[in-house]
Amino acid sequence: MLAYIVRRILIMIPTLFLISVISFALIQLPPGDYLTSYVAQLRSMGDNIQQEAIDAMRDRYGLGQPVYVQYFKWIEGIVTRGDWGQSMEWQKPVSELIWERMGLTVVLAVFSLLVSWLIAIPVGVYSATHQYSMPDYAMSILSFVGVGVPAFLWALIIMYFAQTQLGMNVGGLFSQQYLEAPWTWDRVVDLLKHIWIPGLIVAIENTAGEIRTTRANLLDEINKPYVELARAKGLTENRLIWKYPVRVAMNPFFSTVGWSLANRISSITLMSVVLSLQTTGPMQLRALLSQDMYLAGSFLVLLSTLTVVGTLISDILLAWVDPRIRMEA
Amino acid sequence: MADLDQVKPLDTSPDIEEEIQSGGEKVYVAPPWKLMWWRYRKHKMALISTVVLILFYFVALFCEFVAPYDPDQAANQFKQVPPTAIHIRDTEGNFHMPFVYQHKRVQDPQTLQITYTEEPSPRYPIEFFVHGFQYKLLGLWQTDIHLFGIPQGKDQQGLFLLGTDRLGRDMFARVSYGARLSLTLGLVGVFLSLAIGVVLGGISGYYGGRWDIVIQRVIEFIRTIPQIPLWMTLSAALPATLSVEETYFGITVILSLVAWTWMARVVRGRFLAMREEDFVLAARLNGSSEMRIILRHMLPSFLSYIIAALTLNIPNMILAETGLSFIGLGLRPPAISWGVLLQEAMNLRSLALSPWVLAPGFAVVISVLAFNFVGDGLRDAADPYAR
Repeated sequence: MLAYIVRRILIMIPTLFLISVISFALIQLPPGDYLTSYVAQLRSMGDNIQQEAIDAMRDRYGLGQPVYVQYFKWIEGIVTRGDWGQSMEWQKPVSELIWERMGLTVVLAVFSLLVSWLIAIPVGVYSATHQYSMPDYAMSILSFVGVGVPAFLWALIIMYFAQTQLGMNVGGLFSQQYLEAPWTWDRVVDLLKHIWIPGLIVAIENTAGEIRTTRANLLDEINKPYVELARAKGLTENRLIWKYPVRVAMNPFFSTVGWSLANRISSITLMSVVLSLQTTGPMQLRALLSQDMYLAGSFLVLLSTLTVVGTLISDILLAWVDPRIRMEA
Repeated sequence: MADLDQVKPLDTSPDIEEEIQSGGEKVYVAPPWKLMWWRYRKHKMALISTVVLILFYFVALFCEFVAPYDPDQAANQFKQVPPTAIHIRDTEGNFHMPFVYQHKRVQDPQTLQITYTEEPSPRYPIEFFVHGFQYKLLGLWQTDIHLFGIPQGKDQQGLFLLGTDRLGRDMFARVSYGARLSLTLGLVGVFLSLAIGVVLGGISGYYGGRWDIVIQRVIEFIRTIPQIPLWMTLSAALPATLSVEETYFGITVILSLVAWTWMARVVRGRFLAMREEDFVLAARLNGSSEMRIILRHMLPSFLSYIIAALTLNIPNMILAETGLSFIGLGLRPPAISWGVLLQEAMNLRSLALSPWVLAPGFAVVISVLAFNFVGDGLRDAADPYAR
């Protein structure tokens, strides 16, 4: 098992390397040297920046040198010093800006993942064991609505009703007084009070597909001979369904944790822009629009890394749940 | 497995049983497309959705004709007007052909809030094929005939089926024009990704081996990067100076750069499954060339699967374009697409005062659902010999 985990972690390294290369290349695509506009911006604000300071930055990030030199300077900073570069727009190191936002995106993604599993598994099992019943049909129709209405549209609709009917603003993840506050217990409670609406919105969009997957997988399983055997031996219906076929039907679920995380990050990004949440979405959008390249690039690298780590966790989970995979490795 | 050159005994199939009862033996001699149609016909939602889609694409093709007003024409006296009510009964209780009443602008003296009420006279009857703004039908014929409207100009009175926006532009006209970009972008994008997907998925599935491994790794890698952040980064790299057509093309290419992976998976799966089929082996033993085996024997068998997969991927494209344009990284005004129109709803004040700016969002939902149902029906019908 340990050997398997180590091997999987080693496989991650080239993937992460490729992700960083591609992210850097994409961020380099728009024309223009960001330092020039940075300096122009500082001067326009009356800041009299020293030529030495400019040269120091030019040297630090390898600007004016070939792209691969710039890339290696950037990646060297990340690996050796945890230095993700400088945000031109915020005038702060990127590493000071991203971590809380990354954290909130992860919390939101995991929260919505758990919510939709909590809904999708029992509902999917019920649909499969009561195939072609009224609730099964109702579920199919509901899941189509879930597929058709994207999260950002739900966000708009919910925002409209909260504003006009309840006179309440659902935007943001914190109340005003906790916005810039350091992490305290009260701030966590405040976050929990706000996070459930966006969490549910993202869950709606993705649960539908998961219900259908559960249903289809379980339908494939419950007609197999081993289920029949368990029934013949006199196991109660509940026990025999939940103990054997449901576990097998869950396998594809665990094996796609990485991709469902990626999907959720996409939903969260768009929804966060609508609800102006303090997640990565709005900040990445702003960074892209203002060509704040290190900030935008860091987000792309980190969000992709999240998927890679998700895939790693799902592989380990799968090996742990399913002895066949463990043995093969 | 789809095995279109053979006639299998079909009497076990419950779906086709009905056909046997109604038409005797005809199910045995029916060509595959007929069997597909019979099966498709049974999916009622798919049938309804087909009609909806035909309607939507009609609007997209003839949006100038369908829209009663120029979508860019602003009107100061009709800002944020709610959808115009259509009456068939006047205040005295007499019935007429459908008509609208005069919009009356009322300003609250305290809040300065403007609302619109109806003035019970005069009546403006709705007419078909009225004269309006000049346009070129299909880019060829100069005309000013519009599907419906009221003969009076927009300066006197308007017929706003979906209300107006902050500048007094007719939402119905804007949604109709938006259909053109949003609905075609989905189609063009899906065909572009099919072109890449068929080549790479085909190589992967037909030849297998090392190429298969490489292509599968590339697909996995692309799917590792969260789509929306990736698309955002790519479209941010499009220069803002591009014309509407160039941006449209750029966005389509950007979406296809990711979307081909969906198509490649389907194509590869079909090739893998079919490679082992008896009729492929038979063709090979008979000395058919690879090209002939692929085009003559395999392609007809999986074409229907490809069409189903295409249909199921169009909604993803539409949603992606809407999402990107909505946050300002896709198509940009003056282009009119559903995503661009939804930007109006991003403004909470505007949304609270005029919820009908969400109309383009519902156009998106309806078309996405319709494509999903049609795709679902096509998938069921794709293999008419399966039970």
